[in-house]
Amino acid sequence: METTKSTAMDFSKETLKALDDYIESLDDKQGLLIHILHKAQELFGYLPQDLQLYIARKLDIPAAKVFGVVSFYSFFAQEKRGKHNVSICMGTACFVQGAERVYDALRSALGVEAGGTSEDGLFTLNAVRCIGACGLAPVALIDDKVFGHLSEEKIKDIIKEYREGMQDEDQYAESAV
Amino acid sequence: MKINTLSQLSKLREDGAAVCQLRESGIGGGSTAEILVGMATCGVAAGGKQTFAALERALRNRGLSHVRLVKVGCIGSCYCEPTIQVNIPGQEPVFYGNVDEDAAIAIVDSHLLKGNVLESNRLQIGYEKAGLNSKGQKKQQRIALRNCGSVDPENIMDYIAFRGYEALGKVLAEGNPEAVVNSIKASGLRGRGGGGFSTGSKWQATAQQPTGEKYIICNADEGDPGAFMDRSILEGDPHSVLEALAIGGYATGANKGIIYIRAEYPLAIERLKIAIVQAEELGLLGKNILGSGFDFTVELRLGAGAFVCGEETALIHSVEGGRGEPTKKPPFPSISGYLKKPTTVNNVETLANIPPIILNGAGWFSGIGTEKSKGTKVFALVGKINNVGLVEVPMGTTLREIVYEIGGGIRNDRDFRAVQTGGPSGGVITKADLDTPIDYESLKEIGSMMGSGGMIVMDDSDCMVNIAKFYLGFTRDESCGKCTPCRIGTKRMHEILERITNGEGVPEDLVKLERLGNTIKISALCGLGQTAPNPVLSTLKYFQDEYKAHVIDHKCSTGSCKGLLRYRISEEACTGCRACVKVCPVNCIHLANKPAYRIDSAVCTRCGACLAACKFDAVIVE
Ligand SMILES: Cc1cc2nc3c(=O)[nH]c(=O)nc-3n(C[C@H](O)[C@H](O)[C@H](O)COP(=O)(O)O)c2cc1C
Ligand code: FES
Repeated sequence: METTKSTAMDFSKETLKALDDYIESLDDKQGLLIHILHKAQELFGYLPQDLQLYIARKLDIPAAKVFGVVSFYSFFAQEKRGKHNVSICMGTACFVQGAERVYDALRSALGVEAGGTSEDGLFTLNAVRCIGACGLAPVALIDDKVFGHLSEEKIKDIIKEYREGMQDEDQYAESAV
Repeated sequence: MKINTLSQLSKLREDGAAVCQLRESGIGGGSTAEILVGMATCGVAAGGKQTFAALERALRNRGLSHVRLVKVGCIGSCYCEPTIQVNIPGQEPVFYGNVDEDAAIAIVDSHLLKGNVLESNRLQIGYEKAGLNSKGQKKQQRIALRNCGSVDPENIMDYIAFRGYEALGKVLAEGNPEAVVNSIKASGLRGRGGGGFSTGSKWQATAQQPTGEKYIICNADEGDPGAFMDRSILEGDPHSVLEALAIGGYATGANKGIIYIRAEYPLAIERLKIAIVQAEELGLLGKNILGSGFDFTVELRLGAGAFVCGEETALIHSVEGGRGEPTKKPPFPSISGYLKKPTTVNNVETLANIPPIILNGAGWFSGIGTEKSKGTKVFALVGKINNVGLVEVPMGTTLREIVYEIGGGIRNDRDFRAVQTGGPSGGVITKADLDTPIDYESLKEIGSMMGSGGMIVMDDSDCMVNIAKFYLGFTRDESCGKCTPCRIGTKRMHEILERITNGEGVPEDLVKLERLGNTIKISALCGLGQTAPNPVLSTLKYFQDEYKAHVIDHKCSTGSCKGLLRYRISEEACTGCRACVKVCPVNCIHLANKPAYRIDSAVCTRCGACLAACKFDAVIVE
């Protein structure tokens, strides 16, 4: 099967191989399309159209089907993301504890709307629905770290710390999940 | 090692009996003390890992390395995570809350070294395990959550010690699938995923299909934002779901189980994977289970962030690897489901109830609860409540008992306003209905629903119009777009609510909302659209005055709707210092009645800068 024709994105050989190996290891390849896309996103960070086409050819299904699935599920990103993923929880428990204000503060601190990446390429902002830490509401995730009991001030400070590269001292982090 | 017979399984259980006793009563609990540390997502997020490490260090440094440290699931007390349980042979188990690193060390020093309970962190547990001999004294009776917090979810031997896989062994030994179906039917168990359909009848429908390829799917999509019952079960007791799937597979004639789980639950996924491998290693999943000739395997399928995939037909399309769009029922999945084969879809909590029903009998289960709603229900109690967490209560418990007795009342002693059950498909329950017994029928009667178990408590600072808008925003975002009433209808309803909360609402908007809501309810394709208007219709019914205040007086009494706030300057208090004028980003503050200034409401963006700048409390917000 035809594989890497000239592609605009940088498909490193090893990463592609890792994806190929994963796909090879599956029995029900088409039924596991969502798993394959999860794997691809884990490997490449996002799912550009070239990569979608590559997967479609590999599974021998129409690229439109792959695109249909990618665009249906909010977990899949088609745009390159920033260095850190900031996910603010807009689940109900967080909402009633004032997540909206924290969200506003985040948007202004990062200068982007949900789905956008800050100009410095450091942060991609997402609004998610419940990460299961409702007891600490309102919460946000930065990559896989949970920050709980947030306020407008606290989230601004946290972003500032990340910007200044001090995130390792993370005095605010409740813990890494 | 493989377990080939029921007696081998019993032997393993007897080997673990001491551990089981130690954790439940302390009496006869062997010779080794242990500390159980809550390490579900919430426990970990609150610092459970650090607590675990601190305990490990403290035990080592004090020569107490023989004390067993065990990672367990959630005991439901999210409000005081991290939590731990100290079990000393011959003594009743002691629970502790808010155990940070310092507290962990203090507990080792005081309790384990000197035998003194550290009272400052002691936690009184308000539940008991519902069993044949349970006294029924506590408000909370645990069936679905029976093992959460007591077993190491990553150790199948713990589960076996707590009678794990005994129910599966029992049904396989009896060899009568029909009897299993009848027993579940007789127990009165109804689906905990929201619909409340009789689980036994559902199993029967699949069982009655001609033999051949059949499936049983566990719905672990748990989409209701703010609800985490299923996650806690999967993280704390994954084997109970595997065992139940195997029992359901046996009863309905399916040899394959699938767990559809949302990708947002990495820890639950991890623990399920471990559990499947362990069960396969022991031969409790796989070929010829316990020598019965019954084969059963379980596979995981991941979701990818779409609420509608919790709906069973959409879920099946997602399991098949496609877009999770719902299709019309009938045909029901029991007839034509996954790969067009007969498929049973059951919720996580529903399944977690199965093994105890098999072990204790249908009569035991149907003796708990109300006439038409049997057993218990797990709720995720969140919002403006003191004891945020998971509770499991017998059906028929009143909301008042849950909020005030178990939940410890409203935070900061504020006034109770309402509880939302059923998430984005449900409605509000007000003060007037606090004494309604919770069961499927009563909740429906008062315009809400049981739902999957999310329970959001709101106080007098929460604006009901704003909450309704929040839910509509959710369903609008999550509508898959396949049918018009849901795709466009929810958008229009949200726009109207947006207008109202921005202070641009007119009285006719309320009529429009109601008409549109009722139209969507009867015309949408699937449960998502059919129930999406509920939060609006229910708040419209119970909080009509509040809606009216928004559209007639353009006032929001809670101050939640920024668009309705009015900033004005008190002429008496204003000194004319111009501090506000300098900070106003839109230059809408002008000199009016010397020396007092005035805010031009038409231009004001309600940013609050003037309020913060004024040193004389002259800026007033209404
Ligand atoms: C929009 C929508 C979302 C749903 N989400 C879930 C869910 O997250 N978890 C669940 O178990 N059931 C969910 N359901 C209910 C399922 O369709 C189905 O009734 C349930 O999984 C059956 O299992 P049960 O009989 O054990 O409750 C949802 C239904 C609808 C209409
Ligand atoms: S609602 Fe935010 S973590 Fe659950």
